[in-house]
Amino acid sequence: MNRSLSTPLSSSVAETLWHRAQVSRRRSTRTGLGACLLAFLVLALFAFPVVAQEMESTAPYAYRQLDEAAKEAKAQSLMQTLRCLQCQGQSIADSDAPIAGSMRSLVRERIAAGEEPEAIRAWLIERYGDYVSYAPRVTGLTWPLFALPLVLVALAAFLLRHRFRRGERP
Amino acid sequence: MTAELGLAALWLAAALALLQLMAGALALTARGSALGGIVRPVAVVQGLLALIAFVALICLFAVTDLSVKLVALNSHSMKPLVFKIAGAWGNHEGSMLLWVTVMGLAGGIVALVERRLPERTMLATLAGQAFVSLGFYAFLLIASNPFERLDPAPLEGNGLNPLLQDLGLAFHPPTLYLGYVGLSIAFSFAIGALVTREVGPAFARAMRPWVLGAWIFLTLGITAGSYWAYYELGWGGWWFWDPVENASLMPWLAATALLHSAGVLAARNALRAWTVMLGVVAFSMSMVGTFLVRSGILTSVHAFAVDPERGSFILALLAINIGGALTLFGLRASTVTEGERFAVVSREGALVINNVLLCAILGIVLFGTLYPLVAEAMGAKVSVGPPYFNPMGALFFVPMLLVLAVGPLLRWRRDSVERFGKRLLIPALVTGFAAVAALVVGGIALLPFLGLVLGLGLAVASVLPLRDRNLRRTPLPIWGMVLAHFGVAVALLGMASESAWSVERLVALRAGESTSVGPWRVRLADVEPVAGPNWTALEGKLEVRYGGGAEQVLRPQARSFWTPPQQTSESALLTRWNGQLYAVLGEQASGDRWQVRLWWKPFVTLIWLGGILIALGGVLAVIGHVASDLRRIVARGKIAYRRERQGR
Amino acid sequence: MSASPRSRSWTIWLPLALFLAFIALVAIGLFRPADRNVASTLIERPLPEFVLPGSLPGTPGLRSAELKDGRPRLLNIFASWCIPCRVEAPQLAELKRSGAIVEGISVRDRPEAVQAFLAEHGNPFTRIGADNAGSVQLALGSSGVPETYVIDGRGRIRYQHIGEIRPEHVAMLLGKLEAAR
Repeated sequence: MNRSLSTPLSSSVAETLWHRAQVSRRRSTRTGLGACLLAFLVLALFAFPVVAQEMESTAPYAYRQLDEAAKEAKAQSLMQTLRCLQCQGQSIADSDAPIAGSMRSLVRERIAAGEEPEAIRAWLIERYGDYVSYAPRVTGLTWPLFALPLVLVALAAFLLRHRFRRGERP
Repeated sequence: MTAELGLAALWLAAALALLQLMAGALALTARGSALGGIVRPVAVVQGLLALIAFVALICLFAVTDLSVKLVALNSHSMKPLVFKIAGAWGNHEGSMLLWVTVMGLAGGIVALVERRLPERTMLATLAGQAFVSLGFYAFLLIASNPFERLDPAPLEGNGLNPLLQDLGLAFHPPTLYLGYVGLSIAFSFAIGALVTREVGPAFARAMRPWVLGAWIFLTLGITAGSYWAYYELGWGGWWFWDPVENASLMPWLAATALLHSAGVLAARNALRAWTVMLGVVAFSMSMVGTFLVRSGILTSVHAFAVDPERGSFILALLAINIGGALTLFGLRASTVTEGERFAVVSREGALVINNVLLCAILGIVLFGTLYPLVAEAMGAKVSVGPPYFNPMGALFFVPMLLVLAVGPLLRWRRDSVERFGKRLLIPALVTGFAAVAALVVGGIALLPFLGLVLGLGLAVASVLPLRDRNLRRTPLPIWGMVLAHFGVAVALLGMASESAWSVERLVALRAGESTSVGPWRVRLADVEPVAGPNWTALEGKLEVRYGGGAEQVLRPQARSFWTPPQQTSESALLTRWNGQLYAVLGEQASGDRWQVRLWWKPFVTLIWLGGILIALGGVLAVIGHVASDLRRIVARGKIAYRRERQGR
Repeated sequence: MSASPRSRSWTIWLPLALFLAFIALVAIGLFRPADRNVASTLIERPLPEFVLPGSLPGTPGLRSAELKDGRPRLLNIFASWCIPCRVEAPQLAELKRSGAIVEGISVRDRPEAVQAFLAEHGNPFTRIGADNAGSVQLALGSSGVPETYVIDGRGRIRYQHIGEIRPEHVAMLLGKLEAAR
C-alpha cells in the first residue's frame, strides 16, 4: 500500500469532485444512472473539504475566531442562522464549502467593525433574498408560519372544549 | 441463479399478498366467509418469501456478484465483509426490499400470534396489511427491481459511499425502517378496527406492542442518526432541523402520542376515535418522511440519491394508502364513540393534553419543513431553520414538560389539585434552586436556561411515581415509563448544557505548538500519513490534557477514499464523564501550519444517553405488556378449566 | 352518551382535507421542481461599490467606478480552481471577439494559480480584480463560480448568468449587452 502521500489527494481527483459538486449544484439533467452512481448519499456536499484543501482559504476569518470572545459569540450565533449558498442544507457555521468560508469571514469582519448582527443579515437578504437566512421574517408570504401556533391552540381548545366540560360533571 | 431465485420469491410474495388481500376482503362478506381460513397461513408464507428474496440479495452482495446491476453500482470487491452486507440495504432498491421483508414478517407474526381480536377484525387487519405491502411490491417489481442483471458484467464495482462505511450508519437506516414498518402494523390494526367498528381496549392491547416496538426503533434510529451527524459532519452539531432529520422526528412524535393514547384506550376505554386517527397519522408520517427523503423535493444536508420518478411512485402509494384510510376514518369515525369521559385533572386529562401538545409540535415541524415548498409554489424562496423551530417548538414543549412531570402522579378518572400538589413540592424546589443558580452563573440564553431548569425538575419528578410503591411489585411498564421520562430529562439536560457551555477553538498550529479549549490543553505533536483497508489519510496526533490530568492522545484524520474517490474528515472524540472533547484536522494552512478545530462540549453525551434511556424504558414496557398478556391468557385458561370442573 | 356525531362532523374530515392539501402541495413541487440556483436580487440595481487590487502582479485592479463609462460590459466571476470556468473559456474568448468588453473578478485565488489558468485557457479580460476574501462576490449576490453579470453603461446590473457560459448562451449574452446599451 502506498504510504507516501505528498498531497492529500491528487489534483485530478479533487477536480473531479469539484466538477461533480458543480454538476449537482446546477441540477444537471442527467438522471437515472447518473443519480445511481452518486449512490445513496450524494457526495457533492462532502466533497468540499477536498476543494478547500486544494485551494487554501484566502478569506481571512473563514477559519479564524475573533479575539474578543463576546464578539465571536455574537458572530457565531449569527453564522448558525445563515444558510450556506452552495451546500444549501447547512448553515455557514457547519460547512467547509469555500463560499461559506467567505461568508463567515464577512460576518466576523463586520461584527468586529461593530455592525449589528441583524444589519448583516439584512445586507445579505438584500442580495440573496430570504433564502439566505434560516430565520424567516414575518412578511406577507411567511405570516402563516407565525400564525400556526395560534391556529393549533385554537383548534386544540375547540376539540377539547366538548370533552372536558361534560367530563367535569361527576 | 441466486438473483433469479430472489426475483421469483419476490413475485410469489407479491402474488400471495394479492391473495391475502382478496381472501381477507371476501371473507368479510357473507358469501366468502369460507375463505377466512387461508388468510393467516398466506400471510405467514408471504413473509417467508420476502425473507428469501432479501437473503438472496444479501448473498449477492456478500460474494460481490457484479453481474447484478445493484451490486455493481453499490459494492466493490475490496471492501470489508460487514460493509458488503450492509451495502445490500445501503441503496434505494435494497432498502425497499428490506422494507417489504420486515413488513411481510411482521404481518406473518401478527397472523400467527394475535388471537384476542374478533376474527373479522383480524381479517380486515391482515387484508389492510396486504394492501399496503402490495403497493411496495409493485414499487419494487415495476420501478426498482433489485435483482436486475448487467450484461456484460463489469470487472469491478463502483463502491459504497465512504460515509456509509461506518458501523453506526450501516445500521441506522434499517433501525428507522423497523420503526416505520412497526407503525404500518399499527396502521393495519386501525384499518381493521375501522372496517368492523371494533375500537376498544382489545384493539389497543393488540396494537400496543407494535407501536412500542416501532417507537423503540425510531428512538434508537434518531439517537444514532444524531450521533452520526455529530461526529461525521465534523462541526460538532447534533441536530440541524434539516428536512431529513425532521422526516425521522415526525413519525416519532406521532408514535409517542399514539403510544400514550393507546394506553388510555387500553386502560380506560376512552379516546377511541383519537387513537385510531393517530394510528393512521403515525404511519402516514413514516410514508411522508420516506417520500421527503427519497424524492429530493427539499434540499437537505443528508442528501440522498434522489429521483423524482421514485418520488412520484411513493407519493402515489401515500395518496392511496393514507387518503383511503382518512376517507374510511371520515365515514366510520362518526359512528365510533369517544368512550369513557373523565375530568381535566386526571391521568387521562394529562395524557390528552400531552397528546395535543405532541401533535402541535408535530404540526410545527411538518408545516415548517414544508413551508419552503409553499413559498416555491408561490414563486419565492424562503428558508425555515433553527431560529423558527427552536422557539416555536419550545412554545409547546415547555408546557408538555410540565404536564409530563405532573401526569404520572395523577389518578385515573379524576383527581384533586390539593392531593398531588404536595407531591410536586420537591421537584418544584429543585426547579427553583436550579433557576436561581443558573441566574447567578449568568450568561445563559433563554432556551438553554429553560432546558437546564426544567430538565432538573423533570429528572426528580419523573422518579416520583415510584415513591410509596413496593418496588418489587411495581409492574415493568411503570418502570419503563419512569425510565423513559427520566431519559427525556437527561437528553434535555444534555442539549441545554451543550448549547449553554460549549467552547469552540479554531487555530492554525505548527507541529509542537499548543492551544487551549475550555479546561483542556491541546498540543499538535505531529501530522502523518496513515493507510487503512480502502483509504489513506493524514492523521494529526494531538496530545491533550484535562486540567492538570494525565496526557491522552487524539487522532483526527483527513481521510481519502478511492472507491469512490472522496475525502472525509474523521473527527476524534475524547469522552469524559462530564463531556466530550471534539477534534477535527482541517486543511493545511499557510506555511507548515494545520487548521485544527476543537470543541469542549460539557455533558453533551447526555443527549444520546437520554435517547438510549428512553428506548430502554420502551423495552421494559414491551416486556411488561407482553408478559402480562401472556399471564392473562394463562389465567383465562385456568378459569375456564375451573369452571369446567365446577360444572361437573 | 358521547358528543353528538353531528357536532364533530366537519372536524372528522379535517385530516383528509389537510392531507389532500399536502398531496397537492408536494405534487406541485414534484412536477414543477423549483430552480435550485440562488439568483442575485440586485438585478436592475446599481453595482455595489468595490475596489479590488489586480489579480496578477503589476496589473491594474478593478473598481466599480470604472464600470460606469457609458459602455455595457460583462463582469465574469471565475477562479482558477473551478472546472466549469475552464469549460466556458472558449465562449468568453468568442464573446470578446464579437466585441464584448469582459471584466473579471477572480475569487479566493492566488496570483500564480490565476496566471497559470490564464496561460492555459486564454485571457479575455480587460482587467481582473482579485477578490481573495470573496466579499465582493457576496456584495454582488453571487452564489458560486462561474457567474457572469451584464452591466450597463451607467453601472447597473442588468442580468445575471449563473453557471458556465455554453456555446448556446453566447448569442443570448450578446443580445443582453445590446439591450443594455
